[in-house]
Amino acid sequence: MLRIVNFLLVLLLSGGAAAEVADVYDFSDRAQEQRYQNLIEELRCPKCQNQNIADSNAPISKDMRDAVYRMMKDGASNEEIVESLVGRFGEFVRYKPELDSRTFLLWATPAIAVLGGLLVVAGVVIRSRRAGPESPALSAEEQARVNKMLADQDKPS
Amino acid sequence: MYPELGQLALILALLLAVLLSVVPLAGSLTGRDNLQAFARPLASGMFVFVGLAFAVLTHAFVTDDFSVAYVANNSNSLLPWYYKFSAVWGGHEGSLLLWILMLAGWTLAVAIFSRRLPAVMISQVLSVLGMVCVGFLLFIVITSNPFDRLLPNVPADGTDLNPLLQDFGLIVHPPMLYMGYVGFAVAFAFAIAALINGRLDAAWARWSRPWTTVAWAFLSLGIALGSWWAYYELGWGGWWFWDPVENASLLPWLSGTALMHSLAVTEKRGVFKSWTVLLAIVTFALSLLGTFLVRSGVLTSVHAFASDPERGTFLLGLLAVTVIASLALYAFRAPVVHVRSRYGSLSREVFLLLNNVLLVSATLLVAVGTLYPLVLDYLELGKLSIGEPFFNLTFSPLAVATGLLLGAGIFSRWKKTDGGWLARKLLWPLAISIVGTTAVLIGYGGFKPWAFLGIFSALWVTVATFWDLWDKSSSRKGRLHGLKRQSRSYYGMVLGHLGLAITMAGATVVSNYGIERDVRMVPGDVATVGDYQFVFRDIGARQGPNFTAQYGTFDVMLDGERVSVLHPEKRQYSVGMSVMTEADIDAGLFRDIFVAIGERITDEAWAIRLQYKPLVRWLWLGSLFMAAGGFLAIADRRYRIREGADKKAQAGTASPEPGPATSAGATS
Amino acid sequence: MKRFLLFLPLLVALVVGVVLFAGIGKDPTKLESALVGKPVPEFSLRDLHNPDAMLDQSLFRGQVSLLNVWGTWCPACKDEHDDLMWLAEEKGVNIIGLNYKDNRDDALVWLDRLGDPYRKIIYDPRGTLGFDLGVYGAPETFVIDAGGVVRYRHVGVVNETVWEQTLLPVINDVQGNG
Repeated sequence: MLRIVNFLLVLLLSGGAAAEVADVYDFSDRAQEQRYQNLIEELRCPKCQNQNIADSNAPISKDMRDAVYRMMKDGASNEEIVESLVGRFGEFVRYKPELDSRTFLLWATPAIAVLGGLLVVAGVVIRSRRAGPESPALSAEEQARVNKMLADQDKPS
Repeated sequence: MYPELGQLALILALLLAVLLSVVPLAGSLTGRDNLQAFARPLASGMFVFVGLAFAVLTHAFVTDDFSVAYVANNSNSLLPWYYKFSAVWGGHEGSLLLWILMLAGWTLAVAIFSRRLPAVMISQVLSVLGMVCVGFLLFIVITSNPFDRLLPNVPADGTDLNPLLQDFGLIVHPPMLYMGYVGFAVAFAFAIAALINGRLDAAWARWSRPWTTVAWAFLSLGIALGSWWAYYELGWGGWWFWDPVENASLLPWLSGTALMHSLAVTEKRGVFKSWTVLLAIVTFALSLLGTFLVRSGVLTSVHAFASDPERGTFLLGLLAVTVIASLALYAFRAPVVHVRSRYGSLSREVFLLLNNVLLVSATLLVAVGTLYPLVLDYLELGKLSIGEPFFNLTFSPLAVATGLLLGAGIFSRWKKTDGGWLARKLLWPLAISIVGTTAVLIGYGGFKPWAFLGIFSALWVTVATFWDLWDKSSSRKGRLHGLKRQSRSYYGMVLGHLGLAITMAGATVVSNYGIERDVRMVPGDVATVGDYQFVFRDIGARQGPNFTAQYGTFDVMLDGERVSVLHPEKRQYSVGMSVMTEADIDAGLFRDIFVAIGERITDEAWAIRLQYKPLVRWLWLGSLFMAAGGFLAIADRRYRIREGADKKAQAGTASPEPGPATSAGATS
Repeated sequence: MKRFLLFLPLLVALVVGVVLFAGIGKDPTKLESALVGKPVPEFSLRDLHNPDAMLDQSLFRGQVSLLNVWGTWCPACKDEHDDLMWLAEEKGVNIIGLNYKDNRDDALVWLDRLGDPYRKIIYDPRGTLGFDLGVYGAPETFVIDAGGVVRYRHVGVVNETVWEQTLLPVINDVQGNG
């Protein structure tokens, strides 16, 4: 009996739009909430052992999450929010390094590696095309030795 | 009394390792069989003593011997017995002992399972393994002795194992991972031996392959277990953080995958030998690099052991000696003259070469991303962080490209594949994959570019794999006969590639279609995530063996039906007073439902993290497939067929190895 | 040429080895401050001792100061307290305190017991100034020049060694430049 009551209550509550819980932070829509989630996953907790502020329980992480939320509410763009935190805590809190002269090599690594590899492969294929047939041809002298050996073998021992 | 025995055992093992490094090697270089004959007994003896030391340490844990400092720092009398057992490798010294146990074990395995190899080769391989053992045994004996005592002030009780480690994950993840890491030492030893004795040929590749494959399989399992463990224990639902320690395990895996494929080419066609040898050295070097990164404190990580500059320096020295010596040997002795072999631009050789390009690029990417902050700091250019956003952006294209290449490459043939034929072959798989991907995307709720690429890549691999199986198993005697005729090696490959596809599918779907909400709930509230409703029933106190907990109850509803009841907890451990969040998960093959309790907002209200994670289990299921594929491949008949041939040969002639004369004869 | 290429991996390994070696012993958790060279952020917070008085960034104008971030909840702050007293009394250093995320009464009791090295103490219970300064864990000590510009941030306790090797040189530098 109690179960049925429970079930009905839940149906009532879940069916009704009014019963929706508040987010820990209030967002106007799912897109905003998703944007917030993405932002806090991109920012690093300055105190922790390599965690983003989404996963970290440290007080400073909470402060940073609050600040991100506040700035989102105030209408700041993603770059502005991140810049504001970087301005206080340093580049360290950015998990996605900005592309500048320092990090150029970093961002270019996959492209360089793949292109370099492709060049090597191209070189290998071209070189193999120039190669002769599979087994190296025998010189005349070697051919004579082979003939002699084969002839010897045919003799009864 | 016993801990000292353990210490003695380690020292004896070290002595044997030194002998193992020197005696058989000397014998092989001077042609003295009697010296070479020492290899196997020395390997056995070394294993016995390391095993003894490990047994002594385990005994100390299980009997609560807190006079041993390591036990006092990592255990507690209240700890459940199965955690006492796994606490042996819960800290730096003990995990190092586990590492050495694995190393000695692999060495013994090589000694046992290589009877058909030429004595010279096996002596040198075992000697090189012996040298690696010497390095690690020195490290443990000099800087990281697990048997240090706290006499005369024996503490009444230990400071407990870190609560994060009091978990099933600790029982399985490190052993599997180390089996993988250490297993690559065998491929390394084969490579060094080949450089020393100059016999670098297809036979060498054939001998190295099974050892490499099985190490790779273990590493795949180990990494998957780590990811799974972090998911339900640490991560608030995350399964990969691109944390330096995680990257440290991924590096040898990526390189090892390249090595496995390169060995296939070298074995089959005798080409790319120099490259394969280099990969074998690099893969093990990356294993060692991983060991260094985890224990030196050079990079910050949630997973790192307590750091110590002295240990860090010693490890770096060990790493330096090993890597520099082997790379120098490589530079001087690797063959430069090319095998003059023809292969077409769409041949299997080229496809596998491209596979290597992608895998090595991925390895380079992860290595650079992990070490770059160190480099910048060294150059005093500031402290930078490189994390998930960077790696996800740069790694994903490489992963997708690998999948796309794989699908096409499955049909490729050795030496030459006709372009037109290949293109025609790929048309149906292409069509099926596009349709399938579209269906999946619609099913999950919409088009996302990366989701399309990832699912397409996974489907592409799957369809191509099955298509090829279908092609190959056609037989006049019927399909079943055709299927049975395929080798285990082939099926291993099939499983391995399917495993990759499954993992890719899981990663793609969970990343793109997973939903996460942080909500504020009081008992009685209902929250919605996707199609599911979460009813917060209540939260109360509960007592565990060594902790007290806030124990929550959540009903999970789908379409009005109760799907499951979840009990997330917030635990406080009695000894360390640390607070831990234990999420509760309703696991399913096609989705996970994940609930975790966050902070307490008011007396009544809690922050609750709710997650819907579609296909997340496929990540680890794929790894199981990959590992199974690896184990199946090494059970192939060709690795065992020689036993019969051996016996016949030994009855007839003296030669123990019907050598592969052709490849030995080819210009190398 | 080909032989030369074979030496490349060795070269790369050596370079990586050097970088790794340099990294040993360094503390990866000590971050440089993003505020070096920038003025102290604007703030308006109460004085710890005098709740009616408001303090702001002009507090730092006119002389070089050390800004020490502390709280009664922080055990390391207790460890460095004697050294701060020594700096204030023996060395005459001008130390401003930032009572970070703390309780006023607790703080006053603490200072009563252990001594008060601070010329003035800013009461920042919600940590807003601390946040703007990029404080991520106490104790932290900033060197601020006479113009109110942040010149250096030290993370961790201040003791005699830190004073002589780290803070004093910065202060001398700052004072030397006027």
